[in-house]
Amino acid sequence: MVQSVAEAATNNEVLPSPEIHLRAYRFMLLARVLDDKFASLYRAGKIMGGVFLGRGQEALSAAIGVSLREGDIFAPLIRDLAGRLAFNEPILDSVRTYLGSIEGPMRGRDGNIHRGRPKEGQLAMISHLGAMISVVNGGLFARRMRGIKGTVGVACCGDGATSTGAFHEAINQAAVEKLPLVMVVADNQYAYSTPTNRQFACRSLVDRAVGYGLRGDEVDGTNLSDCLRVVGAAVDRARAGEGPQLVVAHLLRLCGHGEHDDAGYIDANLKNSELGRDCLKLAEKWIQQQGWTDTATLAQWRSEAIQKVEEAVATVQREAGPDPFEKNYWSALSNPKFVEGNE
Amino acid sequence: MSITYLEAIREAQAKALADDPRVFIYGQDVGNFGGAFKATKGLAKQFPGRVLDSPISEDAMTGLAIGAAIEGMRPIVEMQFADFSTVAFNQIVNQAGTMFWRTNVTCPVVVRLPCGGTAGSGPFHSQMMEAIYAHYPGLIVLTPATVEDAYSMLLEAVALDDPVIFCEHKFLYYHLKAEKLPTEALPVGKARIAREGRDLTIVTYSAMLHESLAAAAELRNEGWEVEVVDLRSVKPLDTDTVMASVARTGRLLCVGEAWPWGGVTAEVITRVVSEGFDLLDAPPQRLNAKDTPVPYHPNLWSAHRPTARTIASAARKTLQS
Ligand SMILES: Cc1ncc(C[n+]2csc(CCOP(=O)(O)OP(=O)(O)O)c2C)c(N)n1
Ligand SMILES: [Mg+2]
Repeated sequence: MVQSVAEAATNNEVLPSPEIHLRAYRFMLLARVLDDKFASLYRAGKIMGGVFLGRGQEALSAAIGVSLREGDIFAPLIRDLAGRLAFNEPILDSVRTYLGSIEGPMRGRDGNIHRGRPKEGQLAMISHLGAMISVVNGGLFARRMRGIKGTVGVACCGDGATSTGAFHEAINQAAVEKLPLVMVVADNQYAYSTPTNRQFACRSLVDRAVGYGLRGDEVDGTNLSDCLRVVGAAVDRARAGEGPQLVVAHLLRLCGHGEHDDAGYIDANLKNSELGRDCLKLAEKWIQQQGWTDTATLAQWRSEAIQKVEEAVATVQREAGPDPFEKNYWSALSNPKFVEGNE
Repeated sequence: MSITYLEAIREAQAKALADDPRVFIYGQDVGNFGGAFKATKGLAKQFPGRVLDSPISEDAMTGLAIGAAIEGMRPIVEMQFADFSTVAFNQIVNQAGTMFWRTNVTCPVVVRLPCGGTAGSGPFHSQMMEAIYAHYPGLIVLTPATVEDAYSMLLEAVALDDPVIFCEHKFLYYHLKAEKLPTEALPVGKARIAREGRDLTIVTYSAMLHESLAAAAELRNEGWEVEVVDLRSVKPLDTDTVMASVARTGRLLCVGEAWPWGGVTAEVITRVVSEGFDLLDAPPQRLNAKDTPVPYHPNLWSAHRPTARTIASAARKTLQS
């Protein structure tokens, strides 16, 4: 059930603090500013390949990021810039990966959202939808074998990715192994152009939780407070050893699938519905209404975010791309003795 | 005392588990039951919590192993049959195979594939998958043909930092015996001259080694000295040993149990022709399974794959051309 903050209060749930709201909000804002910058670099022809934005999904994404701790594992979906930033991904990592800098974590070998630092729990997604979930399971499984306690993994995917065999296999596996996995599904009403009624036939994706034998919760993905509360509680439960959790967030993608896509297929009624509200604006309004911040501070945060983004882009634009004549580019094995045919 | 190919695989896993706390085994029925072929017999009991039954989810089994490898573990995944690894194909080729190149993080996963035909197994329990996996960058593909190699190469596979596809042949599981386990071995990536000769080189691997050796024995009676090269590892491929042999014999026949289109035999011939055309006294030949699914009935099955008889007749043609 989608539960409001007021209802939660009467259920004695711990409400997210003002501090965590503000922290999450600032990551939402930074992600929005950075995403907007990627969009304009794309339009200016400065980015090779696709650009995929998280516009409209920052509340959910930031809520995930601020619920995680160092040492946890995060397999984001393509719209999780806010969550990645909140989970300690440096701004430079995304800028370098989009611009193909040799200095970035992917060194020009992979681009855009396909980036990460696996040893730091930031898994570097492959494109194939659903494929990262079992990899998170593996990290959690390994930790259990080694007696490491108290860490969790979050895997995030869209409504479309829930139709893959990999999703099913991995969720069932996490349930069988009772792993501390939090599976967050961002149901943004479309998978590329395909509406959810061509994707699944159940009432809500959360109904699948019972079939897998795990707890499921729904949340209004446009509402930061709700996301912080529901995602935070799911992460806490997983951390406390209560097994895997499913969180299904309802929201709307406020952009094309990628920046190449004008998204003319999105239903106008959805845009005008509650799902179509901009989570960033709602959060801004909420934290002001609560008296936790004021317009002057908000304006200052925005200009700080813009400055950070501009600095990062300026830095990366001076960096070199990869050099195809550097020999070690052409070995896919770590053991140099096995590398052949690279003359 | 004698030890079978299958027992060697079990013993190698027991040693890997005993020597290295990072090793664990994950696969269908591998736990208390000991695996469909008993390759993990007794291991769950001997190593509690480290030999674990998985759900029937080849994709997630492999994904889990990859995630554990990132965390520093050395997982061994047992596919119940090589054929079912198609369900894990994405994780193997796109996740494990790209990991090091993309992220600079190694992915020391071993995927064991019980492969190849046995009479009566039919289209979906008989496949040879080595060519498919060797095609993709980032994977090491091993095809042990002897008890000794099954043991030593599996141990080396676990020790390697790169993902290894370990193609163990089901036909050899029970038939092949050795006196004892080896204490030293050729390293992965080196082929072995299994029989010396001067008239023709047969390059082969896995179960076809034994058919080829039988063919060589038959040809000996006709006065031909056939050299047989066991590739051991199809990726990396030991081109040097193959070329040196062809330099001695001037004639080449490649034999594989996999399907003919592309694949290991085609790769070997391409390399020899492009790098050693001058060494050849006759057009190089190859012999593979027929280009159909693997048949069920023993009559059809034994006509589908190369045998000592068909290898000998292909060899005669090459010898006489
Ligand atoms: C296995 C697989 N099939 C197809 C694609 C191509 N593809 C990339 S994103 C996408 C839509 C994903 O939709 P959804 O999971 O709802 O996520 P959203 O983009 O809406 O956030 C598709 C079809 C893919 N990446 N992987
Ligand atoms: Mg979607």
